[in-house]
Amino acid sequence: MPHDGHDHDHGHDHDHAPPPDDPSFSSDQAIAARALRLLLEEAGILAPGEVARQIDRMDGIQPSMGAAVVARAWADPAFHDRLIATPVAACSELGVDLQGTHLHVVENTASVHNVIVCTLCSCYPKMLLGIPPDWYKSYEYRSRAVIEPRAVLAEFGVAVPEEIEVRVHDSTADLRYLVLPARPAGTEGWSEEKLAAIVTRDAMIGTAIPSA
Amino acid sequence: MSENPERRGMHDMGGDPDHRWSGPVPRAEHVLAPWEKEVDAIRTLLGRKGLQTADELRLGIEKLSGEDYARLSYYERWTRSVVHTMELKGIIAPGAFAAKVAALKGQR
Repeated sequence: MPHDGHDHDHGHDHDHAPPPDDPSFSSDQAIAARALRLLLEEAGILAPGEVARQIDRMDGIQPSMGAAVVARAWADPAFHDRLIATPVAACSELGVDLQGTHLHVVENTASVHNVIVCTLCSCYPKMLLGIPPDWYKSYEYRSRAVIEPRAVLAEFGVAVPEEIEVRVHDSTADLRYLVLPARPAGTEGWSEEKLAAIVTRDAMIGTAIPSA
Repeated sequence: MSENPERRGMHDMGGDPDHRWSGPVPRAEHVLAPWEKEVDAIRTLLGRKGLQTADELRLGIEKLSGEDYARLSYYERWTRSVVHTMELKGIIAPGAFAAKVAALKGQR
């Protein structure tokens, strides 16, 4: 998620509550969230400023982190193998701390296309890709991805030929998935940076296919 | 909902047996509001402190009535679930959340 328009002064305690002239400040939802935070701070469970720092940390987690991992896997066969075998350790090589997430990497090939869903809720490799998109949490995606994945993929503009198997992975609270897209033709000799730029968030969910 | 024991919970929507969600996947995306980020951060911190696992978060959401599940937005469901778990664990006293909400509303 991009920052919402204001610069943060990282490293300092500050309150993320918007100013009172922001209409969202006094919405019922905002009051409920604030009530919960204040109760947990009063109970000594959360320190003042801790929530603000966590918001900053989460704002810093962007799909580009996953894209860098994918680009490295495309460029470096040994890293590719480590990413498949030990994803958490491989991600840490790029400075990505998955914070206890159990990650499984599923690779798209000439015969298999993978797509990720969480039918029960919204489990997602959040520590690698950030907050999941709204559509990932939508009832339609959660319902339909497991019974008519090709129709859902077509809505995203992804036409998977009949001879290619579509594998749908239903995430759980304990196991998250990352799609490793196939490296597109025409990217021979590209730098990792240039490769990463074509790896979108949706490509790592399986609802897009990178192209050169 | 309880009339048919075969009927699954509202959250259990994979495969959509009742064809309630057979329409196109809505593709509009929104940047999280500050209060949504606040709830997300609270939940993440509680998870890290071992006070609410992802399973407990889901359990609290799944305990919502079908009506509430459908009526509440994503992070409103999270708020309900976190309050539920914190009450179960004795971290938030019964009634304390409603009282705090009322007090804050009195200030606006």
